[in-house]
Order: sequence, then C-alpha cells, then structure tokens
Amino acid sequence: MTSFVLRRLLYTIPILLGISLIVFLLFHVAGGNPVYRMLGKNASPEEILRLTHQMGLDRPLWIQYLHYLGGLLRGDFGRSWETKQRIGEMIAVGLWPSLCLALPAFFLTTALALVVAMLSTLSKGRAADRFLVIASVLGMSLSILALIIGSQYLLAYRLNLFPISGFESGWQGLPYLALPVLIWIANQVGGDVRYYRSVFLEEIGREYVVTARAKGLSRARAMRVHVLGNAMIPITTRVVMEIPLLFTGSLLLENFFGIPGLGNMSVNALNASDFPVIEAMTLFGSVLYILANLIGDVLYAVFDPRVKLA
Amino acid sequence: MTAWKASRPLRKLLRDKLAFAALAVILLYAATGLLALFHLAATHYRDSVGPAYSPPGADYLLGTDVLGRSVLERVVHGARIALVVGFVSTGIAIPIGILFGLLAGFYKKRVDDVIVWFYTTVDSIPYILLVLALALILGKGLISVCIAIGITSWVGACRVVRGEVIKQTELDYVQAARAMGAGDIRIMMRHILPNVLHMVLIQASLLFVEAVKIEVILSYLGVGVQGEPSWGVMIDDARIELIGRGAWWQFASATGAMFLLLLAFNVFNDALRDALDPKSAE
Repeated sequence: MTSFVLRRLLYTIPILLGISLIVFLLFHVAGGNPVYRMLGKNASPEEILRLTHQMGLDRPLWIQYLHYLGGLLRGDFGRSWETKQRIGEMIAVGLWPSLCLALPAFFLTTALALVVAMLSTLSKGRAADRFLVIASVLGMSLSILALIIGSQYLLAYRLNLFPISGFESGWQGLPYLALPVLIWIANQVGGDVRYYRSVFLEEIGREYVVTARAKGLSRARAMRVHVLGNAMIPITTRVVMEIPLLFTGSLLLENFFGIPGLGNMSVNALNASDFPVIEAMTLFGSVLYILANLIGDVLYAVFDPRVKLA
Repeated sequence: MTAWKASRPLRKLLRDKLAFAALAVILLYAATGLLALFHLAATHYRDSVGPAYSPPGADYLLGTDVLGRSVLERVVHGARIALVVGFVSTGIAIPIGILFGLLAGFYKKRVDDVIVWFYTTVDSIPYILLVLALALILGKGLISVCIAIGITSWVGACRVVRGEVIKQTELDYVQAARAMGAGDIRIMMRHILPNVLHMVLIQASLLFVEAVKIEVILSYLGVGVQGEPSWGVMIDDARIELIGRGAWWQFASATGAMFLLLLAFNVFNDALRDALDPKSAE
C-alpha cells in the first residue's frame, strides 16, 4: 500500500511541473510585463528598466521559470497587487468559509443524487422513473446564474425565507448557508442523477445480478448488496471528477451571497485584474484536484481488490 | 453498403419524435441567430424604442428594459452571441482534440505518453480558472471568450478519439490499408477518422452546451461580451431591475431563451448518443 501511494505520488511530479509551466507561461510570458502595471502610466524608462532588472524579468525565460518554481516549492505564492497581502495568508483565511459552503453542498448533492438514482433505477420504465429523468434534464438546462438570481430574489428578498447574504462561522452561520447550499444542489443534482442512474442500470442488467434475483433476492436487496458495491468505482470516478467543479459553484455562489471564501477572493481579484491572486488560485485548485485524484486511486484499490497495489 | 449503415442511426434519430422536436428548436435558434448575425433581425437592440420598464404586452412583446430598449431584440441578439460562442469555441476545440487524439492513439509509445501527460496536466487545472485566466490575458470580449473556451475544452474529445483510435488500429482494415502501401497520414485521415467521427459528433454537441453555459458565467464576471447584450449580460442587468422595480421580464426572457436552447440540446444529445454510441444501447 505504501509503495503504491509513493509511486502514485511520484507520478504526480511531471503533472505538477506541467501545471507550473502552463501557469508560468500564461501569467509571466503571455500576461505581459507587470512592471508597467505596477509603476503606472507616468513611469520613466529608467524606472521601468530598474524595476524590470530588480524583479529579474530581464533574465532568460528558463532561469525565470526555475526561480519561479523555487518560490512555489517554498510555498511562496507572492503578494497581491491589490491588497499587498501575502497570497498564502489570503488563501489560509478564505479556505474555511469556502469549505463551509462546498463540503456540505457537495456531500448532500452526492447523497441525494445516489438515492434518487437508485429509486429511479428500481422503478425503471414506470412513471416515477420518467418523472425523475425529466426533472433531472430540466434541472441540467437551467443556468446557475439564473438559478442564483431568481431564487435570491424570490426566496430571500421577496419571501424572506432566507437571509439575503452574509456569513458567520460556526452553527449560527447555518441560515446564511442554507440557500446557497440548496441552489448548489438544484444546479448539480440533475447531471449526477443521470450519471448514477446509467451506472446502476448497467450494473443491474449484469448476469450475476440476474442470477441472484433468480435465486429469490429482492430488487432492493440486490441493489443494496450487489449493485451499490460494484458501482463504487464509477461513483468514485464521478466524485473525483467533480472536485474542479467545486470552483465554478463557489465562484458565483460566494460572490452573490457574500461568503468571504476563495471564490469570492477570485472574483474580486478578477475585477481588479489582480493577476498574482488568480495565478495562485489556479495553482492551488490544480493541486487540490491532483490530491483528490490520488485519494480516488487509493479508494479504487479499497473498493476493488482486483486493482493491484503493487 | 456504407450509405445504408450511415443512414441507420440517422433514421433512428429522426424516428424519435422528442429528438426531432429538439432538433427543430435548435435549428430555429440557429436561424434566428444567423438572421441577427447578418443584421436581418434585432437591428435595434441598442436603441430606445419606448418608455423604460414597459411590461410585456401588445406594444412591446417582451417588454422594455431600464433604458427602454426592446427585450425581444436583446434576446434575439443574445441568440446570435450564443451561436457564435458555441460554434467558434467548438470549432477550435474539436480539431485540436481530433489531432492530438489521432496522433496519440495511432503512434502510441512516446507520442502517446507526451499527449496523455499534456492533457492530464490541462485537465488538472480547474476549468473555470483556466478559462478566466486566459480570457483575462487575451483581453475582454467575444473573440477572446471563444478562444479561451476553445483551447481549454479539447481534452474530452481528445480522450474519446484516442481511445477509439487505439481500438481501431488493432483492426484488420488498418493492416490491410498499410499492406496496400497507404501512408500514416492517409490511414489516419481516410480510414480511421471516418470511423471515430460519430464519437466526435457527440462530444461537439456536449461542448456546445458547455460553451453557452460558461459564456453566461464569464459575462457576469465581466470578462465576456462587451457593449452588446448576451443572455448572461441580460440576466446580470436584470438583477437590478428585479430588486429595484420588480421588473421580471428581461430576467425571464433571457433565462427562458437559454433554458429552452439548453433543454433542446440536452434532449438531442441523449438521442444522438443512443443512436451513435453502440455502448449506450440499452
């Protein structure tokens, strides 16, 4: 097990290097010289040259890249152009509010989707199944932006069922999170249900399930004992695949509901063209995704003994 | 023989009434978007045509916005933007995906390693952040949105093509073509590509939906279309109108227009997959 995890860790090194290279090229080569932006319109050519030299921007690109990589390895994301804060600290502050929204929303969505998909599978071809499939497709077709603005206006502003926006840490913050979590679920659950339903349908049609049913096992029990166990692999894949989607949801939801998390931070940085923050968020998000993938691979091995750990 | 085989999925698709209706809706949107693109419809979307905040009615079919502009004209113009974003970004992403997928699946070994490494890397970067970063660097506007979406969303198509090509290269017809002296490029383009194209079609259709959805988010975040109404811009504008005046029509029109198009695409995609992808046959 340890050697498997180590090997997987080694395999992430070229990916991490690739990501740092893409981000470097995007922000430090294609993004243009930040000196102009930092000094403003009225800078003299001498000033520009001096700061360019100070920041090492006149050195060959590959040296700049190595220097950049060295900084990243020390956990140095640089400073925000806008607030001058260290970005590492900004991320540390924003992480908790983001998790407060993303984790419950993600787990509830997945749990709900699995239950609905199971019900849908068990009633395949009947009215209940058709209804659930139609509802899922309808949900998938609605833009998250419309969903947020519509429900914030109707449920929070007009009907006063929820606070309009805000955030508090701890249990007293729960009312603030309720609506964004509900919107998240509404936006995401349709696609999940469709996916899990097709996974379950494929599994339930297999011969071993048919055999078990022929021997008198009830549909529900066959579902619970056989199908769910074997479906854990595609379910894990889906869950891992959705980690990057956490950002899309967070970005808009945090911004609309005033949750001071990483998504909100990114939107503010975007409005201020604060490149270093966007850059750091891109790197941070990628590392999270790679970690999730790693955990996913370990889980495959747990759920399926046939996956060799060697 | 080939013609018969190719037409069977098509006939299956057209027999499906729901898919047919969905296709009709998509074509209707495409026609509307094209009319707007060639300045034959929605030519007054910038002009004030009546009093501000007129509700929908006989005079103004979908009402007017804060500046008295016709919501109907703006929605139609939005169809044009959606059409451009969908087609251009799909048109950028799909060829890249096909090219890399073909090369990786055909040459395998080193080439495959490098391409798989490349798309795993791109795929590891959260999509929305990558698109945002690119749009920011390319500058705001419709074209950079299309390019940003295009060059970040080829991975799905590439994966599918690579997988299919690996399967196809094992088959006898590829060996036969080689034995007859066909070169690599000829085998890839003339023999393998037509056999994987149906998978590409499904990917392209899925990508279109994603592009339209992401454009709305980019528009809200201010890096999208500038100075003209897209559905995303309209929904964002409508937020103030909703809270300030309870004027719901611009919000409802843009949301509805987008919802109907995405719904039609989602239904059509399902039918397309059922008809073209042998794996999904139940």
